[in-house]
Amino acid sequence: MQLWLIPLLPLAGFVINGVLGRRFPKALINTVAIGSVALSFAWVLKTLLGLGDLQNVYTEHYFTWIQSGALNIGCDFAVDRLTAVMLLVVTGIGSLIHVYSMGYMAHEGGYYRFFAYLNLFMFFMLVLVLAANYLLLFVGWEGVGLCSYLLIGFYFDKQFATNAGNKAFIVNRIGDFGFSLAVFYIFKNFGSLDFHTVFQQAPGASEAALTTIGLLLMVGACGKSAQIPLYVWLPDAMAGPTPVSALIHAATMVTAGVYMCARSWPIYTHAPEALNVIAVIGIATAFMAASIGLVQNDIKKVFAYSTVSQLGYMFVGVGCGAFSAGIYHLVTHAFFKALLFLGSGSVIHALSGEQDLRHMGGLRGKIPWTCWTMFCASLAIAGFPFTSGFLSKDAILLAAHGHAPWMFWLGTLTAGMTAFYVFRAFFMAFFGQYRGHEHPHESPATMTGPLVVLAILSLAGGYLFRVPEFLSTIFPASEAPEDLTLMVIASSAGLVGILIAWVMYVAKPGIADSLAAALKLPYTFLYNKLYVDEIYDATVVKPLVGGSRVLLWKVMDAGIIDGMVNGVGSRARNLGSVLRLLQSGNIRSYATWVLFGSVLVIVALGIAGGLR
Amino acid sequence: MDTIIFLIFAIIAVVCAINVVVQTHPISSAISLVGVMGSLAILYLLLGAEFLAAAQVIVYAGAVMVLFVFVIMLLNAGAEAKKGRSFMAQLLGVPLLIGLLGLLAWFVQRLYPVGTTVHFGGFRGGTAQDVGRALFTSYLLPFEVTSILILIAIVGAIVLARKELD
Amino acid sequence: MAEVPISWFLTLSAVLFALGVAGFLFRRNIITVFMSIELMLNAVNLSFITFSYQLKQVNGHLLAFFVMVVAAAEAAVGLAIILTVFKNRSTLNIDEVDSMKN
Repeated sequence: MQLWLIPLLPLAGFVINGVLGRRFPKALINTVAIGSVALSFAWVLKTLLGLGDLQNVYTEHYFTWIQSGALNIGCDFAVDRLTAVMLLVVTGIGSLIHVYSMGYMAHEGGYYRFFAYLNLFMFFMLVLVLAANYLLLFVGWEGVGLCSYLLIGFYFDKQFATNAGNKAFIVNRIGDFGFSLAVFYIFKNFGSLDFHTVFQQAPGASEAALTTIGLLLMVGACGKSAQIPLYVWLPDAMAGPTPVSALIHAATMVTAGVYMCARSWPIYTHAPEALNVIAVIGIATAFMAASIGLVQNDIKKVFAYSTVSQLGYMFVGVGCGAFSAGIYHLVTHAFFKALLFLGSGSVIHALSGEQDLRHMGGLRGKIPWTCWTMFCASLAIAGFPFTSGFLSKDAILLAAHGHAPWMFWLGTLTAGMTAFYVFRAFFMAFFGQYRGHEHPHESPATMTGPLVVLAILSLAGGYLFRVPEFLSTIFPASEAPEDLTLMVIASSAGLVGILIAWVMYVAKPGIADSLAAALKLPYTFLYNKLYVDEIYDATVVKPLVGGSRVLLWKVMDAGIIDGMVNGVGSRARNLGSVLRLLQSGNIRSYATWVLFGSVLVIVALGIAGGLR
Repeated sequence: MDTIIFLIFAIIAVVCAINVVVQTHPISSAISLVGVMGSLAILYLLLGAEFLAAAQVIVYAGAVMVLFVFVIMLLNAGAEAKKGRSFMAQLLGVPLLIGLLGLLAWFVQRLYPVGTTVHFGGFRGGTAQDVGRALFTSYLLPFEVTSILILIAIVGAIVLARKELD
Repeated sequence: MAEVPISWFLTLSAVLFALGVAGFLFRRNIITVFMSIELMLNAVNLSFITFSYQLKQVNGHLLAFFVMVVAAAEAAVGLAIILTVFKNRSTLNIDEVDSMKN
């Protein structure tokens, strides 16, 4: 089946564009970059069609990577139904975003570099998804983190962009540390890192061990998928170009944590404590991020917090045992969130770089394609009945009710808030009077084309791709029954949110400001992101940096280590200047030393028994 | 008889050796050294080393010491300037030296309790014939090597001591 | 009365050697130093021949012979060097040949 072609085609694109792209004309760069990803998507389709109904896992083994004592890691790719879903999402949405980037990045510098990094990202993400053991997954995990850093800091001459890139990488690292500990612990308990072997033995292991592994894996997922407490990098990551935000920080990389937890379901089903923790973290993150998103004025920041919130939903699904619901939401979220980001990119492009919602307005006549595709996405994310988002969010909320009813109510409230802030952004951007000074123009077809495709998927994708049924052969059945009352409550929350947003931002525009003035303290708190960044800075960052500078640098490095090395040199010089006195130029002293030496030799021989 | 011969020539040797060390003018030291070598030659005879006794007289006393005397003559070396020495050093030094030498002698005696004794004719294997035979059979390689060594010494000495070419 | 204990020869050799060392260390005239070296070599020769007598072999004689040869060569070359040094520095005092100092 040649699974290796799937990741290797984008890698080839990276190498060609990275090495030779500087001299290529734009058309050639486009062909290489988009062609490699499109070919990869085509190969995915061919592979999946060729594998039939994928009841069993299809594995390909390429070579033995590590062979050391009891540790045996091979370079194995495996495809089962879950992998199939992820492959389609990654390559499909990846291709669309590559096409979109042609138009968006047309006037930017470093064109070839952008596409090279994007292709590299595709390679690592595909390795992550196809991996058949935890270590190879970790390779992809780290690789996508690297590409995220490179792409966030794409405008490397801007300080805030490079800072954001650093922040993303460093915070991710903390999560990766948890992941590494989990990998070590898995190996210690199961003697292997192969999914197949580990999951077979999982039912037999002790619950304490499984819970520990589950919690440590969750730490890794918190870093990569931006949950509490490691979500702080995602809003700052908006410093990168918008296609990057769409691809990496909406559709694919941030979902790697969800994928990893879903993949490890045999471990989690036997560690209910860990699942509970995941669900609690998920719902808390969903609620908190939605609350911050209510008052943000930068259009990309709104959607960034929305991503954090929706990822929280996915973790709620996973944490309540409804793994297929979580993955379902992953797929639909990829559709509508990518569309929201690409749409906002189109708006920004139309306004020549303006990102503040307060300077937009009345754009629906000027950029109609963007407007109405974003409308479709907003409906989906608000959970408007019968959109794809509605189906997936409902599945999760039902599962949450089955697990712990308070999660259902909090989740429903959050759904209302989600609908509110998304439509707030939509109305502020497209309705009312234009409050800016630019000349908006519609984006080229390369940008609006993907928008249309994604809009169709946002609306109808839930029906076209029946993910939960597809994945029912892999995951254990979730116990949540279909409850019509709960579904009605959940969807009405969304409709209420849309209504409030309409009232506040279209019907009576003055209400928003008066409300903000009335609730000054909560408003300031939310607007400043609950001061989480500042708290982290004071409690973690400053002590670490200060401690490093004083203790590790001045005392240890300069003092002890340099002191030792220089000390060796000084001692050698001192010894040399003492020995120099031996060379007195006086022949008789030389003679004396000769005699002395020979006496020493004779005595030594005598002691050693040479003389009798 | 042998004892008397040994004692006489041993004492001569020691006295001449002390003279070598003590005398200020190099020529006096050289003559004393000749005396040492001569006495040693007699002692070699006592030990049955006939060939070597002859070689000692011919090579050492006859060639090497003559060379020394020639060089002293060429350089017109005078007596060493007497530097002020402390009286105490002289007073202590000589007895101390005698004491040291006596101690050395006594130690050697202790290490070698009475065993073999030497008498003239006790060893007859030191004739020229025996030495020659050993020299050209077992010691052939050292023989050849020392020939080369002498050649090098000759060439070196000539190169070092000749007049500079203008 | 006719027998001389062999240890006496060795004692004599040691004494001569010690005297040679003393002269080597304490004399300033370079030719005298050389002669002390010759004295030392002679003492060693005596020692070799004594042991040869004790073991009733001729090997000691051979060794003493080679010592003599080498001493002769060394004397030749050494005196040539002394001549050169004297030509350059006009002194036979080894304490004054100290341009390597410091």
